[in-house]
Amino acid sequence: MFQIFGVSSFALFGQLLIGLINGSFYALLSLGLAVIFGMLNIINFTHGAQYMMGAFAAYLMLQYLGIDYWLALLVVPILIAITGILIERLFLQHVRRLDHLYGLILTFGLALIIEGLFRNSFGSSGKPYQVPALLQGGHNLGFMFLPNYRAWVIAFSLVICFATWFAIERTRLGSYLRAATENPALVRAFGINVPRMITLTYGFGVGLAALAGVMAAPIYNVSPQMGSDLIIVVFAVVVIGGMGSILGAIITGFALGVIEGLTKVFFPEASSTVIFVIMAIVLLIRPAGLFGRAA
Amino acid sequence: MAALADPPLIEMRRDGERSLGIAFAVMVALLIVAPFVVYPVFLMQALCFALFACAFNLLIGYVGLLSFGHALFFGWASYLSAHAAKVWGFPPEAAVLFGTASGAVLGVIAGTIAIRRQGIYFAMITLALAQMMYFVALRAPFTGGEDGIQDVPRGKLFGVFDLSHEMTMYVFVLVMVLAGFLLIYRIINSPFGEVLKAIRENELRTISLGYKTDRYKLFAFVLSATLAGLAGALKALVFQLASLTDVYWTMSGEVVLMTLVGGLGTIFGPVAGAFLIVAMENYLAQMGQWVLVTQGVIFVFCVLVFRRGIVGELGSALGVKL
Repeated sequence: MFQIFGVSSFALFGQLLIGLINGSFYALLSLGLAVIFGMLNIINFTHGAQYMMGAFAAYLMLQYLGIDYWLALLVVPILIAITGILIERLFLQHVRRLDHLYGLILTFGLALIIEGLFRNSFGSSGKPYQVPALLQGGHNLGFMFLPNYRAWVIAFSLVICFATWFAIERTRLGSYLRAATENPALVRAFGINVPRMITLTYGFGVGLAALAGVMAAPIYNVSPQMGSDLIIVVFAVVVIGGMGSILGAIITGFALGVIEGLTKVFFPEASSTVIFVIMAIVLLIRPAGLFGRAA
Repeated sequence: MAALADPPLIEMRRDGERSLGIAFAVMVALLIVAPFVVYPVFLMQALCFALFACAFNLLIGYVGLLSFGHALFFGWASYLSAHAAKVWGFPPEAAVLFGTASGAVLGVIAGTIAIRRQGIYFAMITLALAQMMYFVALRAPFTGGEDGIQDVPRGKLFGVFDLSHEMTMYVFVLVMVLAGFLLIYRIINSPFGEVLKAIRENELRTISLGYKTDRYKLFAFVLSATLAGLAGALKALVFQLASLTDVYWTMSGEVVLMTLVGGLGTIFGPVAGAFLIVAMENYLAQMGQWVLVTQGVIFVFCVLVFRRGIVGELGSALGVKL
């Protein structure tokens, strides 16, 4: 153990680790938002609620069906993605041609409904979720203590982020997707079913949020309001990064998590506001966002 | 050819003004009778929200900017006027003025940042700025954290009218809210308001006509924030309380809901929406979380099938612009 700027290395790297964890959730969620926005032209306000649903689904499956973390990691995103597809078919497809604002207001309303229903059923208190047996414990690295589960979350979300980047930027399906984002009418003329692609894209984005929710369950308590405050921070992350670039969303997410973690060490009073302050500064200097193209 | 069939513009305008005049007279008459029938505190609460929603509607309805962070101005003006009245001993007129002015100052700051992006980003930025100021309110020493600022004295208006009388307070709130309402009506029917509507319809074309649209947008934003501040300051005096609820994102959502239900871009819509939603919430208050679900359902319903809102539908049924 040693000291850096009068702070013990355990405290510093501990917060840095929490920053990276938060950052991986910011990255996963803003990635989903950017993918959905690209195809649907909708800012998905329900994203936070869908993240919460992912965490709750994992909790309920463990509690009542005995389905463990690893299976939940696979099943929950698919399950929540299906609910997302239903939402797209039932509601979102009707507002696609309207002003963007209606999509935002509609998904905001859906988020309120979901959060309200969960609060009615489960109360507002947080529910604990056990870290899976395989990842319990941790390692003392000399300058910090690294819990295994947290290392796993960071590594796994990095893998998911880059897999998503690869799928969109480097595969044939991804090229259809990018083309449909640019000019849906032309892509349809080539015989590609664009409406189905839009539906599946929404499902995919929602699945990412649910996956983040499952990963978050053992770290934060599972509660109905866990998504609503987070989604506002993720909006700020999206504004800072700009939604034009997948890699940009990933980098911005992790970087802001780390900055937030460091602020917690050196200036704890500002830790909950630092991301918003950065957003304001970025808007004043570079209105299009760090990775965005000028509108 | 179609143009010839339309009635001459001036006549249409006079017709429109007549129906608006009648609607305004009906509204004022109802509001004068109401305190003898309904609990005055409920009416004052609804009036404050009506002004708040009208201020919000000035942006979304006439400039096309969706602010998802209007609780920032409402809540902070409420805190600052409560603090001025309670700790500094300001008389009510000065406390309300102070709160309103703080709404204006915050509007200049938040507006300067937010208007740098358009459309959907504007909504996200205003939401994020409001959330930031929520955290500041949570931590700031003078706001009282979770307790808020309680027992705010209503005092004597101009040293004469004792506002602790419910009816005197009601008259004060009614006069202020109607003044705000008429100011907004005047703004949207001025040459300045016409430019705002032009920005809503086509910002690029407005720029090419030589208007500095950013300045117009900022000015509209500040006006809206100022009036939202007035509403918040009045609310602090009515309830003698300023609390975290008023700066939280749920409050920003509520004002969107009120305006949407009443009718975006209509003059009377926000008032009707505010009364309806406040009544609904008072009615549902004992049902806890169902308020959230009900609000959500109304949002979804309005966006999918009821986009013109109550007053918008009423206006189109009667063939007048309300």
